[in-house]
Amino acid sequence: MEWILALAIGVLASSGVWLLLRPRTFQFIMGLALLGYAVNLFIFAMGRLRVDAPPVIDPAWADPASYADPLPQALVLTAIVIGFATMALFLVVLLASRGLSDTDHVDGEEHRR
Amino acid sequence: MNPWLQHLPVLPVLIPLLAAALMLLTRDGQRRLRVTLGAVALGLMALSALMLVRATQGIGAPHWPDNIGVYLLGNWPAPFGIVLVADRLSALMLGLTAVLGLCAWIYATARWDRAGSHFHPLFLLIMMGLNGAFLAGDLFNLFVFFEILLTASYGLMLHGSGKRRVGAALHYIAVNLIASFLLLVAIALIYGLTGTLNLADLSVRALALHGADRQLFDSAAAILGVAFLIKAAAWPLNFWLPNTYSEAGAPVAALFAIMTKVGIYALLRIGSLLLPAGAPAAFGGAWMFPAGIATLAFGTLGMLASTQARRIAAYAIITSSGTLFAALGMPGATLTGPALYYLLSSVLALGALFLLLELTERSQSFGSDVLAITQEAFESEDTDTADLSGQAVGVPLPATMAFLGLSFFACSLLIIGLPPLSGFVAKFSLLSAALRTAEYGAPTANVWLLVAAMLISGVAGLIALGRCGVRLFWVPEDLHVPSLRLNEAIPILVLLSASILLTARAGSVMAYLEDTAWYLDQPGRYVEAVLGQDPHVFPAPAAGHRGPQ
Repeated sequence: MEWILALAIGVLASSGVWLLLRPRTFQFIMGLALLGYAVNLFIFAMGRLRVDAPPVIDPAWADPASYADPLPQALVLTAIVIGFATMALFLVVLLASRGLSDTDHVDGEEHRR
Repeated sequence: MNPWLQHLPVLPVLIPLLAAALMLLTRDGQRRLRVTLGAVALGLMALSALMLVRATQGIGAPHWPDNIGVYLLGNWPAPFGIVLVADRLSALMLGLTAVLGLCAWIYATARWDRAGSHFHPLFLLIMMGLNGAFLAGDLFNLFVFFEILLTASYGLMLHGSGKRRVGAALHYIAVNLIASFLLLVAIALIYGLTGTLNLADLSVRALALHGADRQLFDSAAAILGVAFLIKAAAWPLNFWLPNTYSEAGAPVAALFAIMTKVGIYALLRIGSLLLPAGAPAAFGGAWMFPAGIATLAFGTLGMLASTQARRIAAYAIITSSGTLFAALGMPGATLTGPALYYLLSSVLALGALFLLLELTERSQSFGSDVLAITQEAFESEDTDTADLSGQAVGVPLPATMAFLGLSFFACSLLIIGLPPLSGFVAKFSLLSAALRTAEYGAPTANVWLLVAAMLISGVAGLIALGRCGVRLFWVPEDLHVPSLRLNEAIPILVLLSASILLTARAGSVMAYLEDTAWYLDQPGRYVEAVLGQDPHVFPAPAAGHRGPQ
């Protein structure tokens, strides 16, 4: 399972970075989204991978070893919310830039070759 | 002791948050209500910052052991709950934020807050983010407050819209989003390795790491450092800054003068707490010093090459960051005190300069400042301008222009570091402290490199700002004298008199800053204060009282 998760994070991050380096704002925001998923999965993985272990403590069942680490799950929730908000904001700026400059190039102007 | 005073450390975060939330209930048209609310909130925030500055010195109301205020949110003890920590460094930055924020806000009420919607709530949220970042006692809340202040800054950056501003904002947002991802990766790695996010606890647990774990921790710290270096505008991670700062509206750009310093604060704080573990990579001098010298060189070249007054100011921010990096990258804590003094002085001066430049630009016709400076380069002398000196002699100078000119002169002196203002005191104490470190075994080449870089950047600043000032103010054509409102002049006056106050009280300010530096060199006290803070014990409810069953 470690291999699958590591591969998934690697593929997401590398495609994200590749897209970030593209000149179009749409490609950029897709890259940002992919990189965001990679980072969120990475945070989640930092709590160690556990199967069938609940993160919420049940008072009747007090052995801490039988629980997954709840903190990275809380962190990843916060990171998802913040990432979602900033992504929406970036989308608005992207559209504003498109409307003002009539191009979807990240510099707001086409580069002549 | 007044029991409410124990909540003092959370007030600088809570007040702007509540005010911003209340403002969202009002309509944009109810401007007077928003301005009143903003004035009350910022006033209270400044008051709480002042009380924190006093309390961390040991004078004034809440008395804390070792003068470090630890606030346990939700009353959970330190490594498990969220803590806010107010020590000398935090209080100092809070005070600076309050002064600069108040001035920029007063300036904005003259005109700027009507250029778009929701200026006031965004402004209060950026204050909340700044204050929170300075108070946060753990890495993840540092990230959250960074995000709050950045998101608010995106909104403020876009305030007033326009093609160039939106273009600059697009780059600014893109760079900062990527920096935030780096920050998250680093935080996750550090948590995975040490099992803690609390800065004080981290300082202890980093000691226990060995072998492969330690190497991973060092790389995590390096990623964390890179994220902060992007925010603090270190070369080569600062190409986003000149465009952003020169395109932002004046009060926003003035407030942004402290934004790069948040990155420096984070580096200083985490660097100090990782000292016992041997500060890794970006937090130690090995990387910070060369990065600082490179940043200083880049800023100096940029100042000389700029054709617009605002871009000169933007590069001056980079120069100030570079000076701080280079000074903090020197071994030992001798330079920390003078560096903090330089930080205070340069933030006040740069804030005033950004406000001032917008006012002087009103007296120019559009784009004339670009022409004025490039004129020499392209040798395009105005042939139809006759010698008007005969008409100009004996004409009284309008008071507005005199005020603008004198303020520009004062700002320039502060940034270049010429006597008699605080810029000189800052640079002089930095240089003399740098020369003293040579006695403690700092590499002599580094010392002389720092001295040379600082002096050359000063000369370059003199040339750039002098040229800019001559072209802005000594023009023979009859200037269109701008109308100046009182609430535009007062913030500049306040910022400049704060610098004058810094000069006049240099001795006691420096003593306070040396004290701050000493505490930063002794991270054990911070760690002890945070981890030793016991939760508040509530008296047990009396018998018969209806309590929770």
